[in-house]
Amino acid sequence: MPRRLSGLTTRVARVTNVGGVTVIATESLSKRFPRVTALDRLSMDVGPGVTGLVGANGAGKSTLIKILLGLSPATEGRAEVLGLDVATEGAAIRERVGYMPEHDCLPPDVSATEFVVHMARMSGLPPTAARERTADTLRHVGLYEERYRPMGGYSTGMKQRVKLAQALVHDPDLVFLDEPTNGLDPVGRDEMLGLIRRIHTDFGISVLVTSHLLGELERTCDHVVVVDGGKLLRSSSTTDFTQNTTTLAIEVTDTDEHPDGTRAVREALDARGVSVQDGSGLPGSGHVLLLTAQGEETYDLVRDVIADLGLGLVRMEQRRHHISEVFTNETDTGAGTDAGTGTNTGAGHGNGEQRKEAVGHGG
Amino acid sequence: MAVEQPLRTPAPTSGDQTRIHNIGYRSYEGPRLGRSYARLSLYSQSLRGSYGLGRSAKSKVLPMLLFVVMCIPAAIMVAVAVATKVKELPVDYTRYAIIMQAVISLYIASQAPQSVSRDLRFKTVPLYFSRPIETADYVRAKFAALTSALFILTATPLLVLYVGALLAELDFADQTKGFAQGLVSVALLSLLFAGIGLVIAAVTPRRGFGIAAVIAVLTISYGAVSTLQAIAHVQDSSQAIAWIGLFSPVTLIDGVQSAFLGASTTFPGGVGPSNGEGVVYVLITLGLIAACYGLLTRRYRKVGL
Repeated sequence: MPRRLSGLTTRVARVTNVGGVTVIATESLSKRFPRVTALDRLSMDVGPGVTGLVGANGAGKSTLIKILLGLSPATEGRAEVLGLDVATEGAAIRERVGYMPEHDCLPPDVSATEFVVHMARMSGLPPTAARERTADTLRHVGLYEERYRPMGGYSTGMKQRVKLAQALVHDPDLVFLDEPTNGLDPVGRDEMLGLIRRIHTDFGISVLVTSHLLGELERTCDHVVVVDGGKLLRSSSTTDFTQNTTTLAIEVTDTDEHPDGTRAVREALDARGVSVQDGSGLPGSGHVLLLTAQGEETYDLVRDVIADLGLGLVRMEQRRHHISEVFTNETDTGAGTDAGTGTNTGAGHGNGEQRKEAVGHGG
Repeated sequence: MAVEQPLRTPAPTSGDQTRIHNIGYRSYEGPRLGRSYARLSLYSQSLRGSYGLGRSAKSKVLPMLLFVVMCIPAAIMVAVAVATKVKELPVDYTRYAIIMQAVISLYIASQAPQSVSRDLRFKTVPLYFSRPIETADYVRAKFAALTSALFILTATPLLVLYVGALLAELDFADQTKGFAQGLVSVALLSLLFAGIGLVIAAVTPRRGFGIAAVIAVLTISYGAVSTLQAIAHVQDSSQAIAWIGLFSPVTLIDGVQSAFLGASTTFPGGVGPSNGEGVVYVLITLGLIAACYGLLTRRYRKVGL
């Protein structure tokens, strides 16, 4: 069944660079309601890539998105999205931006295809393009045969995918995802996070994703912005957050000579005066050793010890501290308290060993 | 159907033509038609939805049934007129909608909540407002769609009558004039009823409440006004009859068309509003339509995200 073989160009990952390097810029942006201040002189710059917006419930995340979509005027200050002023060019912004709301927003008696086609047309796509883009987008978010069924019968995971699809269907330059992992089980959450990552790496679309779970964002984002009480607490890249870590994780093979290679290494290292701990209690981590690297020489030492014992080094990697620790240490206010719950320790299913360990270590 | 392959590795387009190629993500470089097109899309989707098109089979039943019920009497009249070679149609064009007002009320009560309460209930409204359209575009699209749906419902039987009248070789000029007056009258009625129905339905996300409230407003107001008019007629205060008629949508339309569109009134005593009073009727009708639009706009400014 040849299907649209000609006339279409394969897409090479688009470099997200919208005019300049700034996708979102705000300048002392404030939003005051009669009783509460939702945003308090917030100034930040967000570049291309996946950016996490972290904050407790009521920290002002949704208000910020509303202002950035040009739907709610700021009390003071200004903001630009994709180089367009939110106060005057809201419609132009909304044409190039996708939005996935936090709450359920799908009529139950309509199929996913019909719904997404309609939303595509609402974004200005001509009918034929709307249908083609809908089929493509639903496939990319992982909805296949079920897309012809009424959405009332969908699982939460499928509904989240449709919500994501309607935000992506018009091929925006930027998407706002409001709590996309809400209500998902650990597997669904990992899949959603993987999808979010792909929105940038494969689709070339910049992402602003909000969450109150810091742990999720470490895996997914290039950059994290923390707001609390409408104020900017911190904005920096995820590598910045975790660059000062010095913990090493190593794993070795067993040989006939050393049936328990892990113990042999531990004893050898102990003998050289390096204290070693077992990996945390998660399943599969019994063979992982953790030690504190003093500097370059620790890496050499580990290498030499293992070579001397004749063992195979499965891996030696720098263990990143959990992002939440950074906030717990640096902020004594709201964001810090939320951070503790954000470590997501229950997520037994991981796409990689490292994540699993990072979770365990962070908790 | 297509078998999905991992998306990361686009297959090279070579050799075997029957293979399904994974073409990865494709960007959209085509036209983006913007705000007015989006508004038009919402309009056509809502209009189709008002007759259950593009929705489940179940939701087609009621609007289609009402549409048929609306047209059957006209068809019967036409059949009789053609068969018996009468000199004129048994019912004026302007009178038809007034006679069938119960059907129209049922239709508006069932479709106004369908049009707006659903969006509120399933929280689809914020999605619309994350698109290029503005609040006013949403209100206009919905208002226009329901008005058009009502106009289709009320004008189609008139068209049946008109075509039938011509087939029965009734006087062409006379029939055309009556038909045109009837069209103006049902257009006004559609605007007014759609406005009232939408304002009531937009208050509540619950469809049941919406249906009940619309029916209540339309029938109670008509019942009350007719009763008061009857009492006024019995007490010989014919002046009051016209003024009382201002207080229900059906009698409003009745008054407007009997003052200006050559219709005979259904008011007790058969005395419609005079021309002076008729101006008040027109002003009130237009004012109500404008007020409905204003209220809707205000309502949706608050709903937002």
